[in-house]
Amino acid sequence: MPAASFNSKVLSNEQLCSNIYYMRTAWNPSTPAPKAGQFYMLRAWAADEAPVLSRPISLHLFDEKTQTLGFLYEVKGKGTEKFAALKPDDTLSLTGPSGNGFPMEKLSGNVAVVGGGIGTAPLYQLVRELCAKGVNADFYAGFRDETYRLDAFEKTCQGVHVATDTGSHGHKGFVTDLLDASKYDAVCVCGPEIMMEKTAKMAMAAGVPVYVSKEAVMACGVGACLGCTCKTKDGLAGVCKTGPIFEGSVLYG
Amino acid sequence: MADISVELCGVKMASPIIGASGTFGFGVEYSGIVDMKKLGGVSGKGLTLGGKAGNMGTRLFETPSGIINSIGLQNPGVQYFIDNDLPEMKKLGCAAIANLGGGSIEDYEQGARLLDKTDIDILELNISCPNVKAGGMAFGVKADCAHDIVSRVRKCTAKPMMVKLSPNAENITEMALACEAAGADALSLVNTFQAMAIDIEKRKPVFDNVFAGLSGQAIRPIALRMVYQVCKAVKVPVCGLGGIATAHDAIEFIMAGATVVQIGTANFSNPHACTDIADGISKWMDAHGVKNLAEIRGAAL
Repeated sequence: MPAASFNSKVLSNEQLCSNIYYMRTAWNPSTPAPKAGQFYMLRAWAADEAPVLSRPISLHLFDEKTQTLGFLYEVKGKGTEKFAALKPDDTLSLTGPSGNGFPMEKLSGNVAVVGGGIGTAPLYQLVRELCAKGVNADFYAGFRDETYRLDAFEKTCQGVHVATDTGSHGHKGFVTDLLDASKYDAVCVCGPEIMMEKTAKMAMAAGVPVYVSKEAVMACGVGACLGCTCKTKDGLAGVCKTGPIFEGSVLYG
Repeated sequence: MADISVELCGVKMASPIIGASGTFGFGVEYSGIVDMKKLGGVSGKGLTLGGKAGNMGTRLFETPSGIINSIGLQNPGVQYFIDNDLPEMKKLGCAAIANLGGGSIEDYEQGARLLDKTDIDILELNISCPNVKAGGMAFGVKADCAHDIVSRVRKCTAKPMMVKLSPNAENITEMALACEAAGADALSLVNTFQAMAIDIEKRKPVFDNVFAGLSGQAIRPIALRMVYQVCKAVKVPVCGLGGIATAHDAIEFIMAGATVVQIGTANFSNPHACTDIADGISKWMDAHGVKNLAEIRGAAL
C-alpha cells in the first residue's frame, strides 16, 4: 500500500524526561492503517523553512478506536526541537505509513522484545499487537539513566526487565546481560547499533530468529530517493522501504 | 480555468510539471500521495545498462536550503526496468520518461537501443556521469565530449531525446548548442552542482566520494540564470529544473523560456509539491488573465 500524506492535529505533546517527548496526533482514517515497526515522515514547519527534510519517526502507538497515533521521540536536532515546541491543536504533516513493519505472521509463542533508549519507541505498538494476538511478550529495556514509558509496557507485557548504565533503575549494566535468547521463539530489537548487533548475535547463536529495526537519515521516506540504504548480506538495502525491519541474519550473518 | 497543458517533443502533457529523476522513484512510490494525472510526466530514477549498487557511506547531507546527495546512480539496470518498473510507470496516467546514464559510450548506446523498443514516451539522457575512459571526467563538462555521446546515442533511438545538462559544464550555452547540434530534441537543465561537506569531528569529508551533488532551493537562482541563457541560445524546447519549490518559482522558469519544469528536492519538503505547483500556476494564470502557457513562455527573454 503506497504511503499517504495528510495534515494531522496534535492532541498532546508531553515532555517525559530530559530530552524525551511523547506526542499524540490524530490519524486520518481515509489513509492506510499503520502497523508496528512502520514510521511516518513528520514535518511541523513550512515547506520552504529549514530543515529541508522531514523527520522519520517510528510509530509508538496506533489506536484505531480513538484514531490516535503516538510518537515517542528524542530531541536531537533542529527537526525534533520543532516537534518539542508543538502544542495541542497545532498541525503537522504526516507522510506514511512507510516501511515493512515487524513480521507479525512470524511471531508466535514467546517473544523477547528488546529496546535501548529511544529505540524502545517502536516496541510499544509491537507489544500491543503481540498481546492482541495472544503472543507472550517479555520486554527488556536498557536506558542510560532515566527511564520512560515503562508503565505502559508493564500494563501490556508479561515481564518487564530493566537495565541502566548508572544503576538508577533495575540492573546496572547492559540490557543484553538480562537476556537469555534461547528461552524465546523470536527476538525483536531496536536501539543503538552496537546493542542491536549484540542482541542479534546472541539470538542467532541460540538459533532464534531475530528482527532488527534500523534507523537512518531519510529524504523521501517512501522508497523513491534511495538515500537511506544500509549494508546487508544481499547488498545495500533501502531502510525506508525494504526495512526498517530486517532479519538479523541479513544484517549480521 | 487556465489551460496549463503543454506539448513536449510531440508528447501531450496535462501540465508542465514533471517529477525529477532520482527524487520521484518511478512515480509509483508517490502514487498514494500525488494525483499523477495532473502531472506532465515522471522522469524515473537514473538507469544504467547493467544496473548499479550505488555508493557506500553517507548518501544524504542536509544544508541550510538544500541537500547534497551521493546516491551513486543506484538502479536495477535497463532490462529490469523495462520488465518490472515501466509497466507500472505506464499506468500512472502521465508521460513515462526514462533517464539513462552510463560509464561508457557503448553502455549508453546499448541502453538506448533497449529503451527504443519500449513504450517510454521520452528518453532523458543524463550526461553528468563520469566517463570511465576519460579518467572519470563527466561527459557533460566539455562540449565536444557531450556532442560525441549525444550524436552516438541519437543513432540508436527514434524516441524523443531530451539531454539533461550538468551545471558543471565549462560553458552552459556552448554545451546546449553542442547537444542541440548533435540531435537532442529537447534539453533539461540543471542537474546537481558539485559540492561537499566536511565532518569537523572526524576531520574528513562526509562523503566517501568526497564530492557530491547539491540540489534544492540553494541552487535555484543559478539554475534560472542557466535556463535563461540556454533558452536565448537554442531552438529546441527546454525543461527547467533546479530548486523549484513553488508555482512562483516554476513561472519564473517558464518566463525564462522553459516549456516544462521538473520538481525534485521540493518533493521531500512537501510530498504534494508537484500538484501544489500545477494548481498554483493555474491559479496565477486565472488571476492574471493568462489563458495558456504560450502567453508567458519566454516573456522575460
